[in-house]
Amino acid sequence: MSGLREDFKEILRLVRPNARVLDVGCGEGELLELLTQEKGVDGQGLEISPSGVAACLAKGIAAVQGDGDRDLDHFPTQAFDYAILSKTLQQMREPRHVLSELLRIADRAIVSVPNFGHWRVRWALLTQGRMPETKALPEPWWSTPNIHLCTLRDLTALCDELGLRIEACAAVSRGQPARSIDPSRAIENWRAETALFLLTRERPRPPAPEPTATGDLFA
Amino acid sequence: MSQTVIASPAIETNGGTLRLPAEAPLRLDSGATLAPLEIAYKTYGRLNAERSNAVLVCHALTGDQHAASIHPITGKPGWWNRVIGPGLPLDPDRYFIICTNVVGGCMGSTGPSSLDPATGKPYGLTFPVITIADMVRAQAMLMDALGIGTLFAAVGGSMGGMQVLQWAADYPHRLRSAVCIAAAARHSAQNIAFHEVGRQAIMADPDWRGGAYEAHGVRPEKGLAVARMAAHITYLSEAALQRKFGRELQRDGLSWGFDAPDFQVESYLRYQGASFVDRFDANSYLYITRAVDYFDLAGAYDGVLAQAFRRARDVRFCVLSFSSDWLYSTGESRDIVRALNAAGCRASFVEIETDKGHDAFFLDEPVLDSALRGFFESQASRGGLA
Repeated sequence: MSGLREDFKEILRLVRPNARVLDVGCGEGELLELLTQEKGVDGQGLEISPSGVAACLAKGIAAVQGDGDRDLDHFPTQAFDYAILSKTLQQMREPRHVLSELLRIADRAIVSVPNFGHWRVRWALLTQGRMPETKALPEPWWSTPNIHLCTLRDLTALCDELGLRIEACAAVSRGQPARSIDPSRAIENWRAETALFLLTRERPRPPAPEPTATGDLFA
Repeated sequence: MSQTVIASPAIETNGGTLRLPAEAPLRLDSGATLAPLEIAYKTYGRLNAERSNAVLVCHALTGDQHAASIHPITGKPGWWNRVIGPGLPLDPDRYFIICTNVVGGCMGSTGPSSLDPATGKPYGLTFPVITIADMVRAQAMLMDALGIGTLFAAVGGSMGGMQVLQWAADYPHRLRSAVCIAAAARHSAQNIAFHEVGRQAIMADPDWRGGAYEAHGVRPEKGLAVARMAAHITYLSEAALQRKFGRELQRDGLSWGFDAPDFQVESYLRYQGASFVDRFDANSYLYITRAVDYFDLAGAYDGVLAQAFRRARDVRFCVLSFSSDWLYSTGESRDIVRALNAAGCRASFVEIETDKGHDAFFLDEPVLDSALRGFFESQASRGGLA
């Protein structure tokens, strides 16, 4: 367990045993494999790269090749206990829609994002005047997949706007144990390199549509 | 279909023919019935004491039950012996693998070349039109006879994949997992168009004789060969044809005529056509292509495919497509997966990158092998199979 990614350790801690879990952007299924082994979850992955999906299948992980931006709409309401989006929200074309969809599909969402408000990012921009390249954001601006970067404050504001409740939040840094934080504190927006949120829907859920209501399946 | 019908002759462990008496007819979607009914099948491996390891392998349009055994007519190895065999994803040491010849076929199951008990002559065009659901209903009758309540898995490619989807819609409680490869939930206009070309080629052959060729001691071999040639093009990708043949000639220089094939691709297609007629019946080709044309799984559910899978939430699905398959493209598989997701079914889906076209599911595709292996492994451990 000691060699585990810190965010995986934190997710492992948050997920209930035997839960139904959707991992959006599941890669080669490392997290789902871990959750299956350690928590006996009933997992389903969504992954855009064919090689990632093939690797999942070879591990016996159920995974669908698909696009988190487009294919979440096809999952029924409350089909999962948890929907996980690990360091991917900032790569989505429609992060607002994706976040909202996650909490339609699942009762809880676990979302982690690199914090663009981290002091290293601010320092790099301030001193060099160029798009920051840090350990958490290693790619140059012209090749980064991160098209919708946000700060801790941005994300808490969006959650508020969407009526999402932040049940828990942890700051995760490489090589350091996850630290439970209050994301609304200004200091955390400087300190947290990556933030991991456990979200639920604050307001009453809109009425669940029947499978028929998911639109034209042949479109 | 819960009654258990005892087959008249003892069922062989390696397959045989189930003969159902007239009192147990196959009720067809058209409203007609088919009796007596014969279902030819092959099995590999042994049914375990819990009867929990049965895998139904569904063959494609012109396939048959010889999935992993030497074909009695061609002498060639089984069409899926890359997948079924010791150490392979479907290992007979672990699974009891069953492959049936579809109703309407010509390898022992009741079809248009069978004798009509009413006349004592081959059915020919008096054979009733059959559907994919009819094929599946007959398979379920065989499972009843074999004492198999629930299948560990139903697996198939192309038309076999359609049968798998039909199983999930019609018998979800008799199925633990389903693997649908290079298939679609409905036949497209283009697919139907290609089938119609094949049927017209057969019916235009003077030796077809309105379907009664056997009575005249002839066979519409030319028409059937042309049907196969046209269909074969749809099974390959342009890239695969180009890679295999390009514009290579059969001999030095052009023939400046039409008798001999000039290009290697012509020679190849002629060979495919000529060898096909040795093992396939022209009327079976008409009936089975018709069955596939009629296939539209959502049709019975007000056009909403997800509704077809609503009762299949306990079935685990694996859907696979090939990037260069233009007959049943990835988009068709994606529609199936979206409907499965919408119905709340657990599904895996991957588009396998290959230039080999539709026929890739018969061929050496390492990703296909590892996907099948991984899927069956996880299902076996979920189902408690050793």
